[in-house]
Amino acid sequence: MSRTLSRAKSWRQPSVLPGFGLTFGVTLAWLTLIVLVPLASIFIRSAGMGWSEFVAVGFSDRALAAYRVSFGTAAAAGLVNAVSGLLVAWVLVRYAFPGKRVISALVDLPFALPTAVAGIALTALYAPTGWLGQFLEPLGLKVAFTPVGIVVALVFIGLPFVVRSVEPVLADLGRDVEEAAATLGATRLQTFRRVIVPAIAPALLTGFALAFARGVGEYGSVIFIAGNMPGKTEIAPLLIVTQLEQYAYAGATAIATVMMLASFLILLVINLIQAASRRRMGA
Amino acid sequence: MIRVQNVTKRFGDFAALHGIDLEVRPGEFIALLGPSGSGKTTLLRIIAGLEFQDSGQVLFSGEDVSDRKVADRHVGFVFQHYALFRHMTVADNVAFGLTVRKRRDRPSRAAIAARAEELLRLVQLDGLGDRYPAQLSGGQRQRVALARALAIEPRLLLLDEPFGALDAKVRKDLRRWLRELHKQMGLTSVFVTHDQEEALELADRVVVMNNGVIEQVGTPEEIYMHPATPFVSHFVGETNRIPAGPASGGARDEVHFRPHDVEVVREGGEALLVDNVFRKGGAWRVEGALAEGGLIVEIDIDVAQPRPNPGETVLIRPVRSRVFNANPEGAQP
Amino acid sequence: MSRPRSTTEGRLTQIVLIVLALAFLGVFLLLPLIVVFSEALKQGLGPFLDAVHTPDALAAIKLTLLIAAISVPLNMVFGVAASWAITKFHFPGKSLLITLIDLPFSVSPVVSGLIFVLLFGAQGWFGPWLAAHDLKIIFAVPGIVLATVFITFPFVARELIPLMMEQGKDDEEAAVSLGANGWQVFRHVTLPNIRWGLLYGVLLCNARAMGEFGAVSVVSGHIRGLTNTMPLHVEILYNEYDFVGAFAVASLLALLALVTLVAKTILEWRFDLHHTGAGH
Repeated sequence: MSRTLSRAKSWRQPSVLPGFGLTFGVTLAWLTLIVLVPLASIFIRSAGMGWSEFVAVGFSDRALAAYRVSFGTAAAAGLVNAVSGLLVAWVLVRYAFPGKRVISALVDLPFALPTAVAGIALTALYAPTGWLGQFLEPLGLKVAFTPVGIVVALVFIGLPFVVRSVEPVLADLGRDVEEAAATLGATRLQTFRRVIVPAIAPALLTGFALAFARGVGEYGSVIFIAGNMPGKTEIAPLLIVTQLEQYAYAGATAIATVMMLASFLILLVINLIQAASRRRMGA
Repeated sequence: MIRVQNVTKRFGDFAALHGIDLEVRPGEFIALLGPSGSGKTTLLRIIAGLEFQDSGQVLFSGEDVSDRKVADRHVGFVFQHYALFRHMTVADNVAFGLTVRKRRDRPSRAAIAARAEELLRLVQLDGLGDRYPAQLSGGQRQRVALARALAIEPRLLLLDEPFGALDAKVRKDLRRWLRELHKQMGLTSVFVTHDQEEALELADRVVVMNNGVIEQVGTPEEIYMHPATPFVSHFVGETNRIPAGPASGGARDEVHFRPHDVEVVREGGEALLVDNVFRKGGAWRVEGALAEGGLIVEIDIDVAQPRPNPGETVLIRPVRSRVFNANPEGAQP
Repeated sequence: MSRPRSTTEGRLTQIVLIVLALAFLGVFLLLPLIVVFSEALKQGLGPFLDAVHTPDALAAIKLTLLIAAISVPLNMVFGVAASWAITKFHFPGKSLLITLIDLPFSVSPVVSGLIFVLLFGAQGWFGPWLAAHDLKIIFAVPGIVLATVFITFPFVARELIPLMMEQGKDDEEAAVSLGANGWQVFRHVTLPNIRWGLLYGVLLCNARAMGEFGAVSVVSGHIRGLTNTMPLHVEILYNEYDFVGAFAVASLLALLALVTLVAKTILEWRFDLHHTGAGH
């Protein structure tokens, strides 16, 4: 049979299992059709635009302001989540308390709840007459229809990324390492600062980056609470939609390209961080 | 002098330690030997302050440290899986205990670095200070863990299964080396092991533990030659056990003898039906069943003597044996 | 506490930290969930049911179910095929392939919609051709399906790849050595091993397919009764100040989220699918 022959020519390692051609073919075809070609269209469109036009629409004052809002609020929310996510992960991994399993399941709510639902719910909470807004308003704290509102929505969206990134690492962190620190004379705080935090830092950073990347592109949960004032509370994804509604395809495409490049960059950074920490700590 | 007095510890319903008394003299190297679940690691951790006894005291030089936290006891502890800080270099690992001291007790940065270097030289890892633990072999990590524990100049060094995670060859080398190091530094040390060979080779005195109690404390020689209980006799070294006297329903004594404490005789011995024979070191290891009762027995006979063949019957007689009374092996009265 | 005192915090510190964490989760996660149901039922059960029973709402529910019924099976088949190719064979470029499969996670939902507008919209590459043949993709159901498939593309593969990687291929190789053909191997050996992981992936895929907002919003055209999915319908009602209506439909979606969470939790408990997957 031609079996040995085809094996010799094959670019993959031989295997006795069948179905490589079929499954690999399906995978590649589906991936190309659904993901690669459509995504490529955006870059081809951008490339066809010419540099000056691209800069003019992709980096207009309004677009720049939108980037500032999107990236700024996503970074702020990421920071909030890095701290609170670590707290939640810590409590879930380390302590016993009633209802822990329910709480743990609740952490995934933002993954499961449609973003539009989250958006109107948060707005109902933080609007000046809302459940929480009515108490915050007299304190001079405006949340809904300000950048703070955007941050609140992105904190909601991003929390599980940090918790789920940190949790397994925290659980795997051997108790003996902390005991070792204690036998060497370290206080609990020193152990936390010098042993635990550095050990979970890569995971924390990954969680932050994932939450940040998601926050930059987030749309549904933000638009209701944001107020959408151009230059102040208009996020980049909303600007894309606005441009589309005005049939300004070039503007939409250019802004989308900038955002995509930014998120790929974030993805790259995450991978580099993970690879570096893997190399060093041998995990 | 370390003294453990009447220490008891329970985990839920499980009695991990039951009325433990132990003395460790200055400069001694002590092995806690026992099967898993015998309480040896719990005892080690209680001495360290990583675990706290339910009752009883731990005394360091006459002072009760039972309520002292681990950080205040100044014991060096080497963990079974080393517990090195993976994100720190080897040198930073070793220096950790010095860098966490309160400012007024803390040596200068340069002094700490010098001390770390000195310790790394002591454990023969000089030049590897900049590596990360992940870049070292198991034996090297073990020595980093040791250097790190020694850095705080402990009054007592505790080692939990120090060679448990290493392969046989490295284990043997490291054992010899640790013995030397102990002698050279004059440290008081206690280590936990389930490997009798390790305990007998290294320790000045061996503490054999089982089911949360100490079965026997003695020099390796005493433990091997004069086991105090059937458990020790059976757990340390190889032992044949045969019932003494006629079976009579009630309590029955047991005769224990080592395979090499047997001689082949012309007459008057027990008949052994040889089943299997192979060379074991300088002896023939003969496995067979006693003609009377059919119990399986293993004996060693000198290779100078003729090799018995399977199927033959030889007459054997223990030259040294011990008689223990009736309780099933290992059970507590 | 079985943990020794030396490596844990005092009870008081623990309580403070637990209370802080619970307070945070309560305000940021639980309260939004409660407010959805509370607003939906603000005027009682009658108005709630009326809001859900309008023809537009019913059409939106139907469309949402249809979209999920098309896109979830597609991605399920893809996910299984991709996991099989990736975990049972060694070939160069594997990690690149995995990265590409994950790509839709890192693209803004709005951009995910935009790319299909650029391809199939009136001014898109295929726009004129589609118009000439009287085919409609953008502002019609096919566009919504495409955007949803794109958004939910990685879900199933993402669950299966680590699971199948861990399981290795010993079982399959044993089956082949016993004379099973490819389909038999998959049907009798692989599928029983991965079914709970597959279910888990499908569950998450479905939740996202039904709840997707941004991408669908761009391609849908928001035509009531025709191209409005449930999340889009929520937006329309909300913008028309029909808050009870908006929250009524939203509460159905929140219910879906709760069911998903419960099912997910049960799967995790019972089948120990220890889950580290950040990135949905």
